[in-house]
Amino acid sequence: MSRQKLVVREHPLDKLLRTERLPHIWCPGCGLGTLLGSFLRAVNDLVARSIVDEKQLVVVTGIGCTGRLSAYVKLDGAHTPHGRAIPYAIGVKLGNPRLVPVVISGDGDLASIGGNHLIHAARRNMDLLVIMANNLNYALTGGQLGPTTPPGTYTTTTPRGNPERPFDVARMIASIGGNYVARWSIHYPVQLEESIKKALPRRGFRFIEVVSTCPEIFGRHVGYRTPPELYDRLKKVVKIKKPRALDEIIYDWEKEITLGVFRDQDEPGYMESICHIYGYEWCRELPEVKWARRVAK
Amino acid sequence: MPRTEFLTGNQAMAEAAIAAGLKVFVGYPITPASDLFEYLSDKLPRHGGIVFQAEDEIAAINAIIGAVYSGAKAMTATSGPGFSLMAESIGFAAMVEAPIVIINNMRSGPSTGIATGTGQGDIMQTRWSSHGHYGVVAFAPWSVQEAYDMVIKAFDTAWRIRVPVVVLGDAVIAHTREPVEIHEPGEVKVYERKKPREPPGRFKPFKPDEDDLVPPMAFYGEGYAVLAESLSHDERGYYSTRQEVYESLVKRLVEKIERSRDRIISSKTYYTSDSNILLVAFGTLARSALALVRILRKSGVKIGMWRPQSIWPLDERGLVEAAEDAEKIVVMEMNLGQLYLEVSRILGEKGKKVELVPVVSPQLPSPEELLSYIYRAGVKIG
Repeated sequence: MSRQKLVVREHPLDKLLRTERLPHIWCPGCGLGTLLGSFLRAVNDLVARSIVDEKQLVVVTGIGCTGRLSAYVKLDGAHTPHGRAIPYAIGVKLGNPRLVPVVISGDGDLASIGGNHLIHAARRNMDLLVIMANNLNYALTGGQLGPTTPPGTYTTTTPRGNPERPFDVARMIASIGGNYVARWSIHYPVQLEESIKKALPRRGFRFIEVVSTCPEIFGRHVGYRTPPELYDRLKKVVKIKKPRALDEIIYDWEKEITLGVFRDQDEPGYMESICHIYGYEWCRELPEVKWARRVAK
Repeated sequence: MPRTEFLTGNQAMAEAAIAAGLKVFVGYPITPASDLFEYLSDKLPRHGGIVFQAEDEIAAINAIIGAVYSGAKAMTATSGPGFSLMAESIGFAAMVEAPIVIINNMRSGPSTGIATGTGQGDIMQTRWSSHGHYGVVAFAPWSVQEAYDMVIKAFDTAWRIRVPVVVLGDAVIAHTREPVEIHEPGEVKVYERKKPREPPGRFKPFKPDEDDLVPPMAFYGEGYAVLAESLSHDERGYYSTRQEVYESLVKRLVEKIERSRDRIISSKTYYTSDSNILLVAFGTLARSALALVRILRKSGVKIGMWRPQSIWPLDERGLVEAAEDAEKIVVMEMNLGQLYLEVSRILGEKGKKVELVPVVSPQLPSPEELLSYIYRAGVKIG
């Protein structure tokens, strides 16, 4: 009997992954794999088109399920203390303006314990891309109430229902500033990828929220027994729109979670602002500015 | 060429950082460190560096950790309340072996305390502020010149052994103006990192060299895909819960400082050759203490002084030698006994008893006032 030969081909994204660390820790049905896939495809495409040099990227994560992402990505990076991914990433940029930091972290990490850093980074139009996975709860610690948890839902710290109102994080950031603010959900991986491709080679503050599924720690306990049930439940409320005003952006688990691009402009970021004042030697070498020019061509 | 200037401690420490090659300063306003921040805001950009005002001290320390991984020499300056906020990420810096420098100008605590008052209450906090076990280095200057020299030494030490280094100034040193000899950038020698000796792919970012237990450091942007991992990690920087990995990491974070101990520690002795009483004091309080020693010696009291310049680690051998012939050992410090605990431990092992004179005051006491603190502590001298 002749043996079948197994041909192992490299996956096109393998070069961007620390494949020896796989499989990842994320549960079956978790949306984070989809998010990571969209991010890597976006980077891979931008690199292939010679717009982005991956050696200049630094992926910074905080604590939580999403925080583990930096461990799988084969780029420079950091896994920082809880809530501190943004200030760390700002330090990376200040330390070497020729680098492009990308923060990828969860809603608890970025909007609760790290919330102050988030709003100030947006206010400064800091040259930084922040991708926030919103899984509606604190998952890695066991399903506690998060800053984005829908009112009324059960979590381990709101056993009789959540009495709080959640943040609409994307709308909040759009109200502060930044050059690019968008919200997608893991139901739309292609749109998310395209959004990252727009936001990465761009100056100033860029924020993308990704509404994600956490079937094991969140969904199962609020009545959605299987991953597809939670996926479908969320898909019913997410709606892609082009809001003309901030109050048309809705974050309501019962009615609508608005998806789309909420802010899209091109103003000088923090680094160019200090260049105007101090004229640093690196001012002509800001990669975001160079990369944006390559996109324009 | 070195030149003499008439500067405050804060200005001198800022000048020292510039001379040492500072490229990123991240601060948050706090008394008595704000004027160091202000001074650098004007001066550092002229040397190509960036001064950034963070939204809080937590952001400040995390930003300088990010900055050193990008290859920049980076520092922050604060006082007690801000230093407390930085606690978690001092442990982070120790864990990812980030060579950061923190100036902590001690003021009267606890809590907001007396913002304009001086203090020495952060000795144990400096050693143990973050959770878990790790190593830090700390120096305590007593003059503007020493503050200048110690900031340069702080950068050298931080980059040599990849540890957070704290310079423990205080409200007095921050604002005292004295002549100080300063240098231009490039005139002082500060240790540059050990570069990776293996190519990307083979290089392990947390694999230490055997002699000093310090791993060579790859910067972001050099192609090494370095991960600064806050979790317990192996030599590749990969999270591991394995006992052997955790034990060797934590032990190394402490042991690497021990390996370089002789290069870090320093202390000074005064009039100890003929003394049977030894005063122990550090920082600006030691200036009053030494003046008191001189007054007492004029009236025939055989008294000397030992002053540690490095607080963590302490020059233990220097202390034992200074205390060898002393029948009475008295620690004076501006708290209720912190360095005292260390001195008691070290000299207790030699069978010696150590007494404490706590000075709890927002002002630096004069030599005469020190005598009254000694009297109130029930300590008999002469």
